[in-house]
Amino acid sequence: MKKYNFPFNGKFGNFGGKYIPETLVPAIEELEESYKKFTNDSNFKKELKDYLENYAGRPTPIYLAKNLTEYVDGAKIYLKREDLLHGGAHKINNTLGQCLLAKKMGKKRIIAETGAGQHGVGTAIASAVLGLECEVYMGLKDTERQKLNVFRMKLLGAKVHPVKSGTQTLKDAINEALRDWITNVENTYYVIGSVVGPHPYPMIVRDFQSIIGKEIKKQIGKITGTLPNAIVACVGGGSNAIGSFYPFIGDQEVSLYGIEAEGSGIKTGKHSATLSAGSTGILHGMQTYLLQDKMGQISATHSISAGLDYPGVGPEHSYLKEIKRVNYKSCTDDDAIKACVILSEKEGIIPALESAHAISYGIKLAKKMKKSETIVITLSGRGDKDVEVVQNYLNGIRE
Amino acid sequence: MYKSNGILKENRIESKFNELKNKSQKALICYVVAGYPDIKTSEHIISSLINGGADIIEIGIPFSDPIADGSTIQDAIQNSLIAGTTPDMCLELSSRIRKTFPNIPLIIMTYSNILYRKGYIQFAKKAKASGIDGFIIPDIPIEESKEYLNTMQNIGMSTIFLVSPNTSEKRLKMISRICTGFLYAISVYGTTGERQGFDKYTIESIKRVKKVTAAEDIPLAVGFGISNPQHVKYMIDAGADAVIIGSAIIKKIKELENKDTLFTTLQKFIFELKNSCR
Repeated sequence: MKKYNFPFNGKFGNFGGKYIPETLVPAIEELEESYKKFTNDSNFKKELKDYLENYAGRPTPIYLAKNLTEYVDGAKIYLKREDLLHGGAHKINNTLGQCLLAKKMGKKRIIAETGAGQHGVGTAIASAVLGLECEVYMGLKDTERQKLNVFRMKLLGAKVHPVKSGTQTLKDAINEALRDWITNVENTYYVIGSVVGPHPYPMIVRDFQSIIGKEIKKQIGKITGTLPNAIVACVGGGSNAIGSFYPFIGDQEVSLYGIEAEGSGIKTGKHSATLSAGSTGILHGMQTYLLQDKMGQISATHSISAGLDYPGVGPEHSYLKEIKRVNYKSCTDDDAIKACVILSEKEGIIPALESAHAISYGIKLAKKMKKSETIVITLSGRGDKDVEVVQNYLNGIRE
Repeated sequence: MYKSNGILKENRIESKFNELKNKSQKALICYVVAGYPDIKTSEHIISSLINGGADIIEIGIPFSDPIADGSTIQDAIQNSLIAGTTPDMCLELSSRIRKTFPNIPLIIMTYSNILYRKGYIQFAKKAKASGIDGFIIPDIPIEESKEYLNTMQNIGMSTIFLVSPNTSEKRLKMISRICTGFLYAISVYGTTGERQGFDKYTIESIKRVKKVTAAEDIPLAVGFGISNPQHVKYMIDAGADAVIIGSAIIKKIKELENKDTLFTTLQKFIFELKNSCR
């Protein structure tokens, strides 16, 4: 493989770009310049490192899941424990980075969208510690299924706006955040929670999340003296996945698996498996794979995990699919619930339902691999927020 | 005479602006969401707007995720989609309007994915055959416009771009140069929708844009938040060659939906707005 050096001119091959209203162009340009300036600034790097290590809890452990490995009877399964981070998910890697950047840029007001609420919580935490004002947009449907996170955000001093338009989920929360940004562009910084949106967001979020993959490389190297054979991560927008994969893209011997949410099954039409079942289009400022109808209207999606319930995907994932560097697979709601139960019982870890998708596929994959091989599953978040949904599902109550 | 797109003969948009210039009038541009409340009523609504004095019609093709629109237009779009409106139905609506009104400029306003999905060329050809004269796509900034511009220029469509109060001087010049038909200046920071009044920065912004459009010989249309004759006059006094009315029309449709008075009320409303353009 030639040296992987993307985005090039804001694009990942044909994907990405900045399809945004004119009002946002100066903001996006300012962001790109500031990002270049501050990420090369040693004081900024030092300050961010301090927050990540002493406040958020990095590096996160890599844990050999002995019981799960024994149960699966295949490759050795390691879990990258992003669920142990402050806030309970990988999201804080990005929110600390972006909020610190916002502060350096002199922006006092932060806005964010959130699906499962983890990014909203992550942004509320980072805003609180950095002394910034924070407002979060969240689909009405998501505020109902992730009540705990709504309360956490409020407790952290953030204002939560339930979004009643469209499908009332993550896609509509992004629409509303973009509208807020268009209206308050002069004093507001928009912290996007995944590797989506117009350039430079997919690059910025990837860079901040790449710490996951860098640590995996170092930690597995220390244990095995070599690279892992496979890495598995769930994909909604795709930030924990790209963060896990990015440092390994040039290492062809490492197989990479991105797991999407198949909901009730692709055939039922009630799913969020964008890369597995979608087509290319333009949404939220980027050209990427989308779930849409023949006319170009964006489809309603379904997943039991609010964080994967999104009809688009990061443009870099679209490109990595096109060049066949990453394998994109999917798991159903059922699969995810089963994996959640297995991990809870075998390892005493309740995973977020998003991460449970990766666990489910990781188990399947490990079974087919040799015992001498190693697989890393990124456990992107903890499952406290989901216990009510899991309980209802196990009792036969579906949405 | 305003500049022509130079490739094909003068189109209806340019003819209209030249005609109005000769009469010392400003243009009244009216936006409707096609298919709101339903496609048949849209046809009557557009006729009423034209009979009331609308100079140019913007036909909004509904898109599921209209990020540049405020709640009034969002709701209308959602209603139209629920009613089953498709882009093809909107183009058929355009064909029917074109038959009744051979000279009125018709412009499509929608989002990029609607064109992208069908293919820019296929969409533009079909639009041309349906009597459309130009496009406004708020989520295609000049950076992403190469294929779109080439396609539209080859087919002889005007490509109307938007500028904002925060658009830099350099970009303003670049956009004015590649823009054809007219330049769409957004009056405020924000999405579409009615406003009580306008801040001082709106006037300053229009004056700044006007200097550039005057030098480039392209008409300047101002839109977002304009809902009454006083607003129209305010924008014209600041230098607008045209004003765009959208949400205010949608609001009237919503208020009078299913009432016999809808069409006469709209016609009267537009007549009053047009009076401020004379």
